[in-house]
Amino acid sequence: MQKLSAELEKRLGSAVESMPAFPKSVQRVLELTRDINCRPKDLIEVIEKDPVITIKVLKVVNSAYYSLPNKITSINQAVVYLGVNTLKNLALSFSTIGILPRQNGAGFDIQHYLVSSLVTANVTRSLCAKFAMDVDQNDAYITGLLLDFGKVVFAQFMPDEFNRALKLSEEYNMPLHKAEEAVIGTDHTLVGARLAKRWQFPNSLVNCIAGHHGPEYPTPLAQCLHVADLIAERLGYDSKGKISARGEVEALHVRFGGDLDKVIRELGDTTKIIEEALQFSQAGA
Amino acid sequence: MKFKFWGVRGSIPSPGPKTARYGGNTTCIEVRSDAGKLIILDGGTGIFALAQALLRELPVEANIFITHSHWDHIQGLPFFIPLFIPGNSVRLHGAFDPVSGNGIEKVMAVQLQYSYFPVREAEMKAAIEYETLSIGQPVEVGDAVVTNTLLNHPVIDFGYRIECNGKSMFFTGDHEPYYNIYDPDDADYAEYQALIDEKQASVDAAMRGVDALIVDSSYTREEYPSKKGWGHGTFDGAIAMALRVGAKHLYCTHHEPTRSDDELEAVFADLMQRHTPLPQGLQVHLAYEGLEVVL
Ligand SMILES: [Zn+2]
Ligand SMILES: [Zn+2]
Repeated sequence: MQKLSAELEKRLGSAVESMPAFPKSVQRVLELTRDINCRPKDLIEVIEKDPVITIKVLKVVNSAYYSLPNKITSINQAVVYLGVNTLKNLALSFSTIGILPRQNGAGFDIQHYLVSSLVTANVTRSLCAKFAMDVDQNDAYITGLLLDFGKVVFAQFMPDEFNRALKLSEEYNMPLHKAEEAVIGTDHTLVGARLAKRWQFPNSLVNCIAGHHGPEYPTPLAQCLHVADLIAERLGYDSKGKISARGEVEALHVRFGGDLDKVIRELGDTTKIIEEALQFSQAGA
Repeated sequence: MKFKFWGVRGSIPSPGPKTARYGGNTTCIEVRSDAGKLIILDGGTGIFALAQALLRELPVEANIFITHSHWDHIQGLPFFIPLFIPGNSVRLHGAFDPVSGNGIEKVMAVQLQYSYFPVREAEMKAAIEYETLSIGQPVEVGDAVVTNTLLNHPVIDFGYRIECNGKSMFFTGDHEPYYNIYDPDDADYAEYQALIDEKQASVDAAMRGVDALIVDSSYTREEYPSKKGWGHGTFDGAIAMALRVGAKHLYCTHHEPTRSDDELEAVFADLMQRHTPLPQGLQVHLAYEGLEVVL
């Protein structure tokens, strides 16, 4: 990575500083989901203290997707019906969606970004479950979800330049991170990683975000994220990344057998993944 | 209606001299309606021996109902031999998994990945159909009706009630009786208790008055405290359940893989001694491989 100019360094620093803090409740949910012995009531307490997460969980639990026979009106009731494991998964997703800004000045489609991130997160988790079983599935999900967060920082704090990068990528059919590099002088991997670091995510996850456009993918999680990114692009949910626009994509790690189509087939029905992401993104709205 | 146990073990197959009398195969129950329609509850390793027996009555029309996706309830499915024979039909029913977004076809697909199993689904010659059930959706199988109820396990678990010409049975799959996650002095205790009571009442209603109640009785009451939250029940809990719903016969199953036949009988003897005489004429049995019951 080349050295940034002092001026750019300063602007990036203040952009990252100006992003909202990572909500305490989300940190707690993450901590609790990592602990296999976590007491259900502790998790419920955290969720209930956050009315936004509570409303979203109830909204999706009452959607046609679950088709429960009764209307669920409290988190406690959701636990009685669906069990604490299912609730853990929902809370994790919603608490992360909750930190996304609603709009920006760069003409960046946040709704599309959100669905893309959910698809990437879901695919990353499935890939890890199949091809890298030693990776914690919650870590896989959350890293997939935050992978492109740097784009949001650009859209919020450097809207004009980011807008130019989007246009450049569109006009010349080039990967967005290359266009960002050309217009801004760096790309969303660096900003995203700095933000994740400020949010005190473990270094292993921060490094994955920093290196998610290569050139190397040193860890099993990084390899899964790379492939998830490619699959999300193939499914039409790449949040404008165009990562394989010029065919310069690094080869898949041997663990995936080298054939992206085969990996996609092994994921099963991908329309389900998209359907779930749309469902979640709507509940998040 | 009649039924037969082909697998009564929980968690992992446990063959060997210490489990020879009750059997080491994981969960599988064959049910026959009065008209002879074939219903199979769960596809643990017990389904393999059942499959062998079915070869005598080809073509087979099997209606399999999966309680939940844990290995011990599905791992025999690829070895259900009728799947490979043209002219047979197999309908697999089960719940939707809201966390992964998968329907019931996944329990088969996950096992038919080429690196783990040599035959692809396309090569299975029977007519295979998948029916992902919504909660409470009744399914007619000839002269029988199968209705699911959402129970309590780490993944979505359906208990199934089967009715046929006035006779009825219920199988829980894996189920832990509801318990209050709060301490009595917590503010939420009373509210949570009311919610459990309500859910419990609806589950009890689904089991009400059955001729045979087949229940996950993995643990003794002494073992249970260290296994709380794992999603399984106890022998004492099963008796309490049977009495609450007015079942006529209770069959305890999902035996612990480490429990030898002798230990299982000792546990059962202790249980019966503490509960005798049983009210309401309830009769309690230990399920074993090969046990056949006519209702
Ligand atoms: Zn089991
Ligand atoms: Zn189970």
